[in-house]
Amino acid sequence: MIMASRQETVPVREADSAAPLIAFENVDLSLGGRPILAGIDVSIRKGEFLSVVGPSGCGKTSLLNLAAGLLMPSKGRVAYAGKPVTGPRQDIAIVFQDYGKALLPWRTASGNIALALEAISYPKEKRGARIAELLALIGLSQHADKFPSQLSGGMQQRLQIARCLAQDPKVLLMDEPFGALDAMTRQALQDEVLAIAARTGATVLFITHDLEEAIYLGDRVIAMRPNPGRFDISFDIALPRPRDQLTTRECPEFLKLRRELFDVIKEVEH
Amino acid sequence: MSGDTQRFDWRGLVIPVGCVVAAEGAARVTGWQSDMLAPPSSIAVAFWTAALDGTLVKATAATLATSLAGLAIGAVLGLLVGILLGLVRSLDRLMEFSIEAFRPVPAVALIPIALLVFGFGFRMEIAIVAFAAFWPILILTRAAVAGVEPRLIQVGRALGFGAAARVWKIVLPAALPRIFVAFRLAAGIALIVAVTVEIAANPLGLGYNMILAQQTMRPELMLALLVWLGFVGWSLNRLLLWSQKSLFGPAALIRIER
Repeated sequence: MIMASRQETVPVREADSAAPLIAFENVDLSLGGRPILAGIDVSIRKGEFLSVVGPSGCGKTSLLNLAAGLLMPSKGRVAYAGKPVTGPRQDIAIVFQDYGKALLPWRTASGNIALALEAISYPKEKRGARIAELLALIGLSQHADKFPSQLSGGMQQRLQIARCLAQDPKVLLMDEPFGALDAMTRQALQDEVLAIAARTGATVLFITHDLEEAIYLGDRVIAMRPNPGRFDISFDIALPRPRDQLTTRECPEFLKLRRELFDVIKEVEH
Repeated sequence: MSGDTQRFDWRGLVIPVGCVVAAEGAARVTGWQSDMLAPPSSIAVAFWTAALDGTLVKATAATLATSLAGLAIGAVLGLLVGILLGLVRSLDRLMEFSIEAFRPVPAVALIPIALLVFGFGFRMEIAIVAFAAFWPILILTRAAVAGVEPRLIQVGRALGFGAAARVWKIVLPAALPRIFVAFRLAAGIALIVAVTVEIAANPLGLGYNMILAQQTMRPELMLALLVWLGFVGWSLNRLLLWSQKSLFGPAALIRIER
């Protein structure tokens, strides 16, 4: 097993490295007696964009659910800003992969965003303006009164992201959010997420099975091994920001990282 | 359900109208005398007479009032218990046997007991209708609530809603289209049971008037009431379909059809 951690010295993005915002301290997770995760130990800095890659069934989603407070560790501790996570928090938002199931089909685009505002008891009279602002931000202003079933997959995922942003979250947990989208839509949304993270300074935990996506987006990429899920290797990504779909992906550094990560994943899958 | 959005096809009337014309023709030609049948023209006259002298209005009001009151009681109770059992799995398992033991009891088999408890009248009939309407609402509401997309509930948790807010904002709206289908089903059952109770025992409403007409050898009035009863049932269902559409809009109907 490779346990090398490449430490590049180039500062990547303004990140407060002093205190970790989310810390997994030696976390084990078993569900129904089956070990899902073992010995997870990682700190996510405030403002960091951490990508986690791994084969399916390696516990990536469970990792995210632990950070979200939807699951509790069997051993060890998950801490947010130094305090143990005991349940879902409103400053942590989750973007699910299956946008089709995560949106309320009986509410319009506006109504779905309103749900998050209702959750944080946002003042009623200001809701309309805030919804319009969020819809404009993700380019759905024309579709405010449409139901999710009337929107394309990409638009539905945009809507889900907007609903998360309505909470004004400090952390965005994204669970393979673009896995079901076509390549063009996926690239557009990758850049939107990067822009949102840069502007809001949100910390992002991004789960994916797409190596290139992990490298393209992340400040750091962690590869996972399955059975039980555990961390294998961590790469710091020193690619300059803002990133660009063409030039970043052509960067020798990008190609080198992709090769190294690819070799690791290939080895993991055997 | 898609048929409701299409235009009415007049060709569907050929067979019923043809039958009426044939029956009238046969009655005129053969000049039949019967205790069971009556020509359509005398049925129409009997209907008109009953409509004018107020018996029809009074009987219809009694039958509808008891069915709707029973339906309301059964629906409210079924809804509450169904939601509770759909949400709380352990309670559902605890109740499973009791529900399956009581549910198959035919509602009209309760007539003797209800007679002892309430005597003749509205209360007895309402109690039996409520019993009949309670079960389908309970069973279908329980299934609808238990079948709400788990991801939606997770979204509710992730957004930080408490249990009550999750039920109100997510579980109920998600289950509502199916619950309304249960309500439509129960409304049909309520009318059937109300009329059955009236025919079998209770001196009230359309069912009683039908059995009275039969026993006094007035087949034309009995048949007029039968046709009217069919119309009342049909209207009730149309009314519920219409309110389903206007309440839930196109998005909800798509979900039911799936």
